[in-house]
Amino acid sequence: MTRRITVLGAGVMGTGITTLALAHGIPVTLVDLETAVLDRARASVGRQLRHAQLLGAAPDVPPGELTTSTSAADCAGSIAVIEAISEHAEQKDKILREVSGIVDPGTVIVSNTSGIPIDELAASVERPDELVGIHFMNPPYLITMVEIARGPRTSDRTMESVRDLLNLVNRRGIAVRDAPGFVTSRLLHPMINNAARIVGEGVADAAEVDELMAGCLGHPTGPLRTADLIGLDNLADSLFALHERLGDPQFLPCEQLLDHVRAGRLGRKSGSGFYEYEEITR
Amino acid sequence: MTTDQAVDSVPSTISSYLETKAGGPVEHDADLAAAGVLTSMVAMEIVVFLESTFGISIVGRDLKLDNFRTVDSMAALVTRLRENRDNA
Ligand SMILES: NC(=O)c1ccc[n+]([C@@H]2O[C@H](COP(=O)([O-])OP(=O)(O)OC[C@H]3O[C@@H](n4cnc5c(N)ncnc54)[C@H](O)[C@@H]3O)[C@@H](O)[C@H]2O)c1
Repeated sequence: MTRRITVLGAGVMGTGITTLALAHGIPVTLVDLETAVLDRARASVGRQLRHAQLLGAAPDVPPGELTTSTSAADCAGSIAVIEAISEHAEQKDKILREVSGIVDPGTVIVSNTSGIPIDELAASVERPDELVGIHFMNPPYLITMVEIARGPRTSDRTMESVRDLLNLVNRRGIAVRDAPGFVTSRLLHPMINNAARIVGEGVADAAEVDELMAGCLGHPTGPLRTADLIGLDNLADSLFALHERLGDPQFLPCEQLLDHVRAGRLGRKSGSGFYEYEEITR
Repeated sequence: MTTDQAVDSVPSTISSYLETKAGGPVEHDADLAAAGVLTSMVAMEIVVFLESTFGISIVGRDLKLDNFRTVDSMAALVTRLRENRDNA
């Protein structure tokens, strides 16, 4: 059997996860709703493969072959399916249901959700023991650590397959107990939300916030550059999903963040967010 | 920007571009990685900038971070790739 994997969703993360797999010689079927999105993703993957090579982040192997499709049914025969569609529980439920009915038993189904509990998503699949969370970090082809979310029903066998899969792409994972936002989003998302709030209150501008967090606290880019990299729409969706599940008001996306989303300033992917970007940086 | 500009202007074209990234003057022999300018994202932006500005493609073994550490090393790469292209 070839080691093909299927990635669902060709946005920021689906594209980056695809690049990671291809760079390690693994063929990928990448699925999204529209051909135009998939065409853009193919171009991004090409750029990202070069980016990985430039930074010495890709092994010296021929890249895997990329196939794109608008049908999730094309996941049949893959060794793993990685769901990276928008952070909306209903949409994830629908696609997980579809995929779960198609793949053979023993195929790991992975969700890259930022924070929806795996056990909640497990209600959508036929074999809850084969569902697991792998929270890849952005950009997945450069960041070597991932957060693994093991649901209460995720089996040992699935955890072994996860380890095999991560070995194939040379990633190290730390498994945590299933909980809204796991560890990283539970900590990062409210920090970004507060950073945006601080800008909204006029305490400091975005560049000053980031420079302070980088220069004083060793943050690699500052929270608002990170926000732009994540995508402000996804950030707002993830915060809403966390607020719904944790009840804590610090997770409610602040107006400053929502204003950007309403204006279509979604961060790097749209060319502007807390910062402006040139075409080539997307 | 045309691709037939004098070779001498290559380093200054590159440094003017980098000054927008660095927010200040950039010496031609300054190590941009040590100065914190050459982040993983900026490195790729520089590659795309050099390709589109000088009409070259940076591929294969040339696509490595070491080539982009200083203005001088970038200018040398651009000059070599332009010569290869013009002699092809
Ligand atoms: N952006 C990040 O930094 C980041 C990091 C880790 C995890 N995540 C999570 O990864 C997932 C994807 O996030 P993103 O930032 O890539 O989002 P995105 O908005 O960039 O992309 C989502 C893609 O999913 C597609 N999609 C939506 N419904 C679909 C369906 N039914 N079938 C096929 N495709 C569908 C959309 O068309 C879009 O292209 C989310 O769960 C998010 O929370 C994001």
